Amino acid sequence: MNLRRDVFQAIADPTRRTILLLVAAQSMTAGAIAANFETSRPTVSKHLQILTECELLEQQQDGRKIYYHLNPQKFKEIADFIEPFRKFWDDRFNKLESVMKNYSSENDQ
Amino acid sequence: MERKTKVHAEDGKQEILITREFDLPLKMLFKAYQEPEIVEQWMGTKVVKLENKNHGSYHFVTTDPAGNEHVFHGTVHEFLPDQKIIRTFEMENTPFPVQLEFLEFEKLSETTSKLNMQIIYRSVADRDEMLKLPFAQGINMAHNRLEEILTDLK
Repeated sequence: MNLRRDVFQAIADPTRRTILLLVAAQSMTAGAIAANFETSRPTVSKHLQILTECELLEQQQDGRKIYYHLNPQKFKEIADFIEPFRKFWDDRFNKLESVMKNYSSENDQ
Repeated sequence: MERKTKVHAEDGKQEILITREFDLPLKMLFKAYQEPEIVEQWMGTKVVKLENKNHGSYHFVTTDPAGNEHVFHGTVHEFLPDQKIIRTFEMENTPFPVQLEFLEFEKLSETTSKLNMQIIYRSVADRDEMLKLPFAQGINMAHNRLEEILTDLK
């Protein structure tokens, strides 16, 4: 579960969310990503490292350059992650709806 | 099928928003929260106490399929029929701290209604743990099933 928590911590940071938005548009090198921020290059590198460790970003070597791109599979996992919670409430409310429909029809008679 | 129940959990916030549209008139939706015997039916719990009034309290005991009892209780802060319920919720004997719940009931049409539920947790970490609970339970159940199957094979 720790790995999952890391993913959520990773996307909780505003700078890292901006990086994900930038890279979502196109694959970028660390330098091109850092050019969008006023923070120092090592700080941006640290963010990239965290995002890569969480597998939200993937690196691709192109000659001497390393490009970062999104890992769609990981994003799908995060989306699916809330699904059991939603399903729990959905089941519960479906039950409420059916109980009350029975109740209405019984009391109409 | 359209997803009627929506869950919104913004990153870094200590709250969860749950909304649901019901194919029920507002009065019937609210009744489901008001009458103890109806609460028992849809929540699958035993209602030991349910004082639906300002400064009232409630106490539920749920028995899971394995026979373990889970006790839930809370205080009703405000109870306004067909409009809102403000209450706390706590699971006994768990590390989860008490949570604050705002339930707002809305009429959409003569035959449909909507529930807006805002749950506020003590911290962002507590909220994330609660969000993960059904996911974790799903994994545990899958593990238990696997263990049962493996035990049967022995």
